[in-house]
Amino acid sequence: MVKKSRIVAFFVIIALLGGIISQTVMDTAKGINLGLDLQGGFEILYEVNPAEDGSEITEETLQATVSALNQRVNVLGVSEPNISIEGEDRIRVQLAGVEDQQTARELLATEADLSFRDVDDNERLSGEDLEENGASVGFDQSNQPVVTVTLRDGNAFGEVTEDILNDYSPPNNRLVIWLDYEEGDSFAEEYQQEEPKYLSAPAVNQPLYHKNIQIEGNFELEEAEFLAEVLNSGSLPVELEEIYSNAVGASLGEDAMEKTIFAGFIGIGLILAYMMIYYRFMGVVAAITLSAYIYIVLTIFNWMEGVLTLPGIAALILGVGMAVDANIITYERIKEEIRSGRSIMSAFKSGSRRSLSTILDANITTILAAGVLFYYGTSSVQGFAVMLIVSILTSFLTAVYGSRLLLGLWVKSRIFNKKPRVFGVKESEINEL
Amino acid sequence: MNFKTNKRVPFVKHRKKFFLFSLVFTLAGIILLSTAGLNLGIDFESGSKVEVLADETLTEEEVYEQFAEAGSGYEPDDVTLAGDNNEMAYASFIGTLDQAEIAEIQNYFVDQYDNEPSVSTVSPQVGQELAKNALISVLIASIGIIIYVSIRFQFLYGVASIVALLHDAFFIIVVFSIVQFEVNVPFIAAVLTIVGYSINDTIVTFDRIRENMNETEEIKTFDDLAEVVDVSLNQTLTRSINTVLTVVFAAVCIFLLGGEAIRSFSFALVIGLIAGTYSSLFLASQLWLVWKWKSLEREKNKPKKEDPEDLEPEV
Repeated sequence: MVKKSRIVAFFVIIALLGGIISQTVMDTAKGINLGLDLQGGFEILYEVNPAEDGSEITEETLQATVSALNQRVNVLGVSEPNISIEGEDRIRVQLAGVEDQQTARELLATEADLSFRDVDDNERLSGEDLEENGASVGFDQSNQPVVTVTLRDGNAFGEVTEDILNDYSPPNNRLVIWLDYEEGDSFAEEYQQEEPKYLSAPAVNQPLYHKNIQIEGNFELEEAEFLAEVLNSGSLPVELEEIYSNAVGASLGEDAMEKTIFAGFIGIGLILAYMMIYYRFMGVVAAITLSAYIYIVLTIFNWMEGVLTLPGIAALILGVGMAVDANIITYERIKEEIRSGRSIMSAFKSGSRRSLSTILDANITTILAAGVLFYYGTSSVQGFAVMLIVSILTSFLTAVYGSRLLLGLWVKSRIFNKKPRVFGVKESEINEL
Repeated sequence: MNFKTNKRVPFVKHRKKFFLFSLVFTLAGIILLSTAGLNLGIDFESGSKVEVLADETLTEEEVYEQFAEAGSGYEPDDVTLAGDNNEMAYASFIGTLDQAEIAEIQNYFVDQYDNEPSVSTVSPQVGQELAKNALISVLIASIGIIIYVSIRFQFLYGVASIVALLHDAFFIIVVFSIVQFEVNVPFIAAVLTIVGYSINDTIVTFDRIRENMNETEEIKTFDDLAEVVDVSLNQTLTRSINTVLTVVFAAVCIFLLGGEAIRSFSFALVIGLIAGTYSSLFLASQLWLVWKWKSLEREKNKPKKEDPEDLEPEV
């Protein structure tokens, strides 16, 4: 009376599952974006303040700031920068794998507002007079790197230089070039300094009616390139104040990642071994569905283009726990029903049915909590919540329906009829009906 | 593990001891938290953390000296060493370093060790907001759970499961105050994980109590009710133990084998799992038992009070 076709079906499913997983699991695992805490990198949270008093921060200015920051990050060659608006006046920049944090900090927060002023700090030309993408690095006669910028209007520059010549006599006939001039900065003061804040203060000896001008500032080549790139990426419409930053050394992140993955494998291995020893055949089914669970969670996470962080791993562990729990609840029920004297078939049916409402209640309450965390939490708490919701839904599918399907094939084949030991129940424990 | 009626674990009999233990622990915890407090990482306190990576083994004194050399006024408030050979050091500063200071420190250490130190900063508002949001979330989630459980079960189940949930979260916080591990963002994730686990665990036990309540004919005495709780707990005991064991396997593995960065996180998980199991078995169900009995008694007395004609002559 044993129906072999069902057992064949079981092995076909296992073979298919094993085939799919073994073929794609490496790609899936590699495709997952790792958070800064796992791969190292650099994260800054900025508070966005208006560049000028009185103006307000709107959705549009935030968007404009984000696109300006995106251009600048490109300069750093970061593969997958993550720049996001948070709340009403904050921008979070996440740069995974950035080695040179100092340059990143400077590059991001520089307003890149270039201005040309006389020695009394009156503005003569502003950044808006520059041609877009007109900055580049060149060299002067003594092979010293300089930054060349192209102006929109050569006449305007000519007039400015002419005015300077008329208004000032040597040695005050200078056109001072400032980057990010702030209220209160003064040429007279900075002139005394060893490292003045302005970029350069060339003397004007004749009116210059052309569009291309050179900024000299005793730059090193790298500094000149940096300046040119900042100028090309445009000025920020706002002022950025760093209110939080988090840096994880790449080696530290990698170390954490490798060890955690190894520890995770051992931990999951132990869980599977325990399940198989304690629940015998049902444990084997649990091991199969748990493997499927982990694979599916990672795949879904990959599709969602989520970023895996330490809190995310925590949610994954909790999900494993809940998947194991769903299996255990079902198996304990089935064992109870067998002990109470039911046939294997009816014990399986009523055990599955009665455990379902328990699992459902437990999972719904946890999803409820996760939903609230997602709604009220900030970045890392939100990541945790998303991973938790994905984990619970997946664990529900695999541990309840997957388990039921696989175990059902064997039970319905009748091969286990009158063999309660396969389920870890001794004959002596069974009550006569 | 087969718990027949004759070798049952008498959970209910000792309930007062469990209540007393939890009460004493809670009081001690409050005292401890208000005196020793928590070792808040810079995620929660305004400050900066500089992560120095050297080629050779470092000592704490060396790190302090190096910072003094780097420029005036750089005296870390705390230095901890890490790495297999203590080649890493975390120096934390209370109060944020500004960009120029960060650059000065970074330049100095690049010259020294040829490795740019990582600098993390936080202003107090960000850390506090994070903790505040997490706390608000837990409270709102608690209300949501009470509502859900009240609809699906009964109000008292909901309240008891929230007590268990808060107990477990508080337990972890107190243990962290004792061992003075650093409290950071992953710690919050660990507490949230335990909150999730705690709900799950308690609801499973309550589900069985509810089921057995439906099957029980009549409850006349406290002992009848206690019997239901005891039987239910024993019926779910194997499941409770097996579930917590398997999850603890995973958490302990990560604690022992995972990297340095994840250690305090997995420690919090292990502690929380133990607390979660304890509260489901010894606290939540027993609290429910006591409250339920009180409400049953009140119901018994109700008809008299509700009938005004009966009441008035007595007044």
